[in-house]
Amino acid sequence: MSKILTKALLELADDHLILGHRLSEWCGHAPLLEEDLALPNMGLDLIGTARSLYTYACQVEDKNKSEDDFAFLRNEREYVNCLLVERPNFNFAHTILKQLYFSVFMELYWAAALNSDDEMLVGIAGKAKKEMAYHVRHSGEWTVRLGDGTSVSNKKMLQAVNALHLYTNELFINTENSETYISKNILPDRTSLKANWQKKIKTIFKQAFITYPNNNDELLGGRVGLHGEELGHLLASMQSVHRLHPGAQW
Amino acid sequence: MTKTMPLWEVFIRPRNGLSHKHVGSLHASDKTMAINAARDVYTRRGEGTSIWVIPSTLITASDPSKDEENFEPSENKIYRHPTFYDIPDDIGHM
Repeated sequence: MSKILTKALLELADDHLILGHRLSEWCGHAPLLEEDLALPNMGLDLIGTARSLYTYACQVEDKNKSEDDFAFLRNEREYVNCLLVERPNFNFAHTILKQLYFSVFMELYWAAALNSDDEMLVGIAGKAKKEMAYHVRHSGEWTVRLGDGTSVSNKKMLQAVNALHLYTNELFINTENSETYISKNILPDRTSLKANWQKKIKTIFKQAFITYPNNNDELLGGRVGLHGEELGHLLASMQSVHRLHPGAQW
Repeated sequence: MTKTMPLWEVFIRPRNGLSHKHVGSLHASDKTMAINAARDVYTRRGEGTSIWVIPSTLITASDPSKDEENFEPSENKIYRHPTFYDIPDDIGHM
């Protein structure tokens, strides 16, 4: 195995860690006690998957590295997560929509990864797919309740769609690093998931009285390390303990 | 909040063969959201294999002011407990 696979794995791992951290930011701040538990619960699912992927990346690249090196000792430009997951929580509607976009994609991705020729990835996919199924249910039900709720909640969902939809295209782009492993049947082809993703999102939007955006606006850059300034703030907070106490163990 | 997010009582069955037990309550807009919330709040540590939720308003409770007439009469009827039988040793634990 090689460094190229590590890079491809980091794209996946970073998506999970950053979105997981975003969800953890709701801890103690959610609009309901029930959601105060639900959102960090889901954050822990994502961080758990990120850990498996970082650990696997260490195995294929450099056995002297640990998952902590990837998570805590890289800066913004070295992170290759897609831009969608780093968007700030802003409000509950934004958070739910971001979660819906990502989890619908990942459920399809992991389902495809179950057919991978790489045993480790099949193992990670098996566990993660079940977690994603719940994330889709949770965020999907909320999307419908908010979209079909009050005029205020509907407006906030529409604003969230306006703000976030242009980040979704990045999910379906295969980077050069991952192309190598798609042709070897190790990683799933992201472009092949788009039709099913749109179908699922459109079904939920219809129930939620949200119009699916017709334009093709997109914002890219995350996979090559070009991020919004918000990622810097997130990393500063997430990495502060490790940088103050290098090598500290939980 | 109680209008749009009513209270639900949550029952969890820890294992097959056992009965559902009341574990607590939560707020949710409808039954689907109540099941999701119950899953998130009450089964984080592998507590259950099945969840029931029921609107709290559907529960009829005994009147605490009637405790005397409801429960005290049974307190002095110890013969209702099956403790007056000699059980042969080889029966073992019953």
